[in-house]
Amino acid sequence: MKNNNILEIHKLSKIYHTSKSEIPAIKDLDLNIKEGEFVAIVGPSGCGKTTLLSILCGLEDYSSGSIIFPKKELTMGYMLQTDTLFPWLNILDNCLLGLKVKNNINIESITKVKELLETYGLKDFIYKYPSNLSGGMKQRVALIRTLAIDPDIILLDEPFSALDYQTRLAVSDDVWKIIKKEKKTTIMITHDIAEAVSMADRVIVLTDRPSKVKCEYQINMKDKSTPMHNRNLIEFKQYYDKIWKDIDIHV
Amino acid sequence: MYSPEHINYLKKKRRRKILIFFFQILILLSIIIVWELLAKYEIINPFISSSPSRILSTIINLYKTHNIFNHIWTTIYETIISFGLGTIIGLLIATILWWNNFIYKVIDPYLTIINSLPKVAIGPIIIIYFGANIKSIIIMALLISVIVTIITVYNGFIETDHNKINLLKSFKATKYQIFKMVILPSSYPTIISSLKINISMTLIGVIMGEFLVSKKGIGYLITYGSQVFNLNLVMSGIIILMIVSYLMYLIVSLLEKILIKKD
Ligand SMILES: Nc1ncnc2c1ncn2[C@@H]1O[C@H](COP(=O)(O)OP(=O)(O)O)[C@@H](O)[C@H]1O
Ligand SMILES: [Mg+2]
Repeated sequence: MKNNNILEIHKLSKIYHTSKSEIPAIKDLDLNIKEGEFVAIVGPSGCGKTTLLSILCGLEDYSSGSIIFPKKELTMGYMLQTDTLFPWLNILDNCLLGLKVKNNINIESITKVKELLETYGLKDFIYKYPSNLSGGMKQRVALIRTLAIDPDIILLDEPFSALDYQTRLAVSDDVWKIIKKEKKTTIMITHDIAEAVSMADRVIVLTDRPSKVKCEYQINMKDKSTPMHNRNLIEFKQYYDKIWKDIDIHV
Repeated sequence: MYSPEHINYLKKKRRRKILIFFFQILILLSIIIVWELLAKYEIINPFISSSPSRILSTIINLYKTHNIFNHIWTTIYETIISFGLGTIIGLLIATILWWNNFIYKVIDPYLTIINSLPKVAIGPIIIIYFGANIKSIIIMALLISVIVTIITVYNGFIETDHNKINLLKSFKATKYQIFKMVILPSSYPTIISSLKINISMTLIGVIMGEFLVSKKGIGYLITYGSQVFNLNLVMSGIIILMIVSYLMYLIVSLLEKILIKKD
């Protein structure tokens, strides 16, 4: 069987154990990711999305199932849900964190990170501290910090949830462009359906906890372009409505 | 360069600062003058309450006849040694406890018990075990400061933002890297404030030790003064102690400015 998968998740299950109870967070989840794909995963909050990403980048163990890299072992770049810039480091040093952990700091890598910062409009902030940056800029820095280690897959956990609506639209457009330009395979988690449909090539809908894949949509739009643009297409609304029904949030 | 409004604002701010300083000095001078006058006209018994002028002449006398700097230096020296040791041991043990949660769980109740015990109570035992010398004084001071340091710093360590730790873990950081790159730097403010508490804790321990050991130091001056009922000496000791402890506090504050300059 020939395919383009770089990541295959098979019957993945995860149970959290606490002294009071056990919480099945993920149950029999199957998911394949192709090279260069932008996959968005949506699901009700608390269904196990963050858990899935934590497992993928090795922060959590899983209970059963398998995670296979058919081509080669992949490096994951994880961008967390909250702002995790270190306030005591300047922007450059923040972006170099991953390389520092991997003992990969040299003139070349520093130059590369500086170039990234310059390309993505942070030239004047290289030696500033995070407190001087707006929320949107911080997320851009966090993305560059992730890109700095040159990961094979970028994992985004609700990357815009801390931003206000206006900024959110602009920054998601920004981030999408950066990711496409750097040609990175991406898995993005969100509970915002519009965000998922406007950005992704494929949207995966998860069930309630314990989560597994409920259904998935290949996002085909005739005039598909940037997320900002996609939001105005006719198909956008159709996908949005379908996924809204799938998630079926009971109030 | 600035607008008139801003200049006005700065002026007001400066005036306020001067006013605050003025009242601080005023209080100090009033205390000294009132104390002196009350003693001079024997409204209060100068034999018991001493007076600023008597204190001053006692200190001058101490300086001429005995070597007062010897006593001051002894106390400072003991404090610095105990403070240094206490800080290092405290940080080290806090690190070990952070590193190995099992050890922490095991010794947690013992820490609480030792922490709640009034350390003076074991003073006599320390002197019996280690002798009436500087060793006992340092151990006394350590007992008082170390446990608090361990508890404060350890709590600082475990309160580190979990997301920052996860971020480093996602880069496959080792435990040592996590400690060095996020736990320690994000705990600087806690460590500094624990140092500030520590300096006074250590001084309490040292003075208590000197009370018990009674050989030299400011604490010795105070006990000796009270034994021979020389209240001038007691008061002088207390005044000198106040100055010494304030100076030490200033040094730690300076350290704080150097360590935590950016944000
Ligand atoms: N470390 C943990 N220990 C126990 N339960 C956890 C832990 N982390 C997450 N959970 C539980 O697992 C479920 C899924 O959490 P999470 O993956 O964070 O959801 P989502 O990101 O989709 O909102 C939640 O019910 C949460 O309470
Ligand atoms: Mg989450």
